[in-house]
Amino acid sequence: MKLSSDERLMIDGKAGPAKQKAMELLVRYAQALDATSFVNCTNVTLILGALPDPEYIQKIVPSLDADEIASKIFLASDDIVKVDRVATFTSTNAYFYDQAFPNVQRGGKEACDLSKKIEDYCKRIGIVHLATCTPYQSGNIPIKGEHCAWTESSAIAFCNSVLGARTNIEGPHSSFASCITGKTPLHGMHLGSNRLAKVVVNVEVEMSTIFDWNLLGYYMGKQVGLEVPAYTGIKVPPDLNMLMALCSSGIASGSIVMFHIVGVTPEAPTLEIATGNAKVAKMMKYGYSERRMAYQMVNFSKKDDVDVVVLGCPHYSLERLSTVTRMLEGKKIHQNVALYITTCRTNKSIVDRLGYTEIIRRAGGIVLEDSCGNILDLKPFQVFATDSAKLVRYIPGMTGIQNIWCGTTEDCIEAAISGKWRGDMK
Amino acid sequence: MKKVILKGRAMHGGIAEGEAVVTKEGLGGMSVFDMNTGRVVEIGSDINGQNVKGKILVFKCGKGSSSWVLWHQVLRFMAVSPKAYIVKECNPQTALGAAVLRCPFITEFDDDPTQVISTGDWVKVNGDKGVVEIIKKE
Repeated sequence: MKLSSDERLMIDGKAGPAKQKAMELLVRYAQALDATSFVNCTNVTLILGALPDPEYIQKIVPSLDADEIASKIFLASDDIVKVDRVATFTSTNAYFYDQAFPNVQRGGKEACDLSKKIEDYCKRIGIVHLATCTPYQSGNIPIKGEHCAWTESSAIAFCNSVLGARTNIEGPHSSFASCITGKTPLHGMHLGSNRLAKVVVNVEVEMSTIFDWNLLGYYMGKQVGLEVPAYTGIKVPPDLNMLMALCSSGIASGSIVMFHIVGVTPEAPTLEIATGNAKVAKMMKYGYSERRMAYQMVNFSKKDDVDVVVLGCPHYSLERLSTVTRMLEGKKIHQNVALYITTCRTNKSIVDRLGYTEIIRRAGGIVLEDSCGNILDLKPFQVFATDSAKLVRYIPGMTGIQNIWCGTTEDCIEAAISGKWRGDMK
Repeated sequence: MKKVILKGRAMHGGIAEGEAVVTKEGLGGMSVFDMNTGRVVEIGSDINGQNVKGKILVFKCGKGSSSWVLWHQVLRFMAVSPKAYIVKECNPQTALGAAVLRCPFITEFDDDPTQVISTGDWVKVNGDKGVVEIIKKE
């Protein structure tokens, strides 16, 4: 590998043991990628909150000491090193616990305390604690062409596709090493030629709801492997919620770290520019039969009685919070149903002041900040409903739940009020 | 006994051998395994119900959550991890796996490992040389 003088300094240990461990990890990572150099990155999002449940952490790091957790797990180091301060602008990503509601999240107070410990560690080393899978909703908005090291699958796709900034799919370990060193391997999505579309997907169905965009992403994620798709034939440009749905579903069911929507996203003003005028490897269509298949992939409940409804994956936007509040105003959700809505702490503080949180609470729902549907304390026998295809993908493995419905936000609120799932592919 | 040799690019060194578990699909990390046993619990996966503990894991590419490596690392800490990883197409998730998981990792072979290797085949992995020897199940 070609190392610059500052990279050499770090790997030789002259910048301290933490930078040395971080640089060693990045060199191993870059070599495995077949990258030959690094690029300075100016924006990192860190997914240190994504820890397995405390029962596992206690077995790995019995002391539960944050420096030891960071060293042993996130730097893959047998030595404990103390990080002084991050080298570049860094914010935290999702998977933190809402400290106000320990009882509705898996692991209760014990898990909340561990989450707080990681939060305090992040603050100590100079990380901006946003605790969201949608950093772009909370003021972390990289610009076109900016080299980033982002985590959280849906945010990665948003960073590349919607913002035109450049990131690979970074993990907890590589993003942590990147924020300590300010470096990321010059590889993959950091290089313009890898950002061109290799698959063109002609969308033949109307894309009028957020759920339509969830289904498109979920289906294509299963089809395109590691390739970058370009979507054509979109008649009405998507809004923020629709783009969040496409980003999250395409990387939950598959590996779509970047896509283009011709005429919409910044690197695809035309199909020719999106593909770099190159011969496209594969032409595909997304029509009614494909949409039906996607619908069946995310709906596999054998029971109609719904026990729990979860909205806000990725973290709900102000528009969605406003719409759902209007739907719930003056209503009561069914006594057998629990309704949870997750959002970022910035949006939560705004809806608190708008009175939306209170309206939702009176209807019987809970708005959680920072948290995630995957860390809710759910039981395997429960029937689960959501408006997020991404959540469908992860809930069975994280909670043991086998009966899942997925539809529009309206379907979900209707199910929360009636206790019955009545949604269908319209 | 039929033997097949595949040559690829080493991502991490080391020697291991064991029975193969093969998926022709992408493989995730989060929400894929029972972390106490190594059993695959992902609904819809073509290896659902199989156990990766002590096996040679053969798959198309990384997919799903960016926390991919963390869950594979926890499998290692819980002593239920695969002995080696054979990856058809390298992406950052699996490259980070090679940097963290301390076991042989090989990718970019002269033939498609998810076609050549079948679940149950005996596989010898030389991560230092990037060579895999497959003894086909009778």
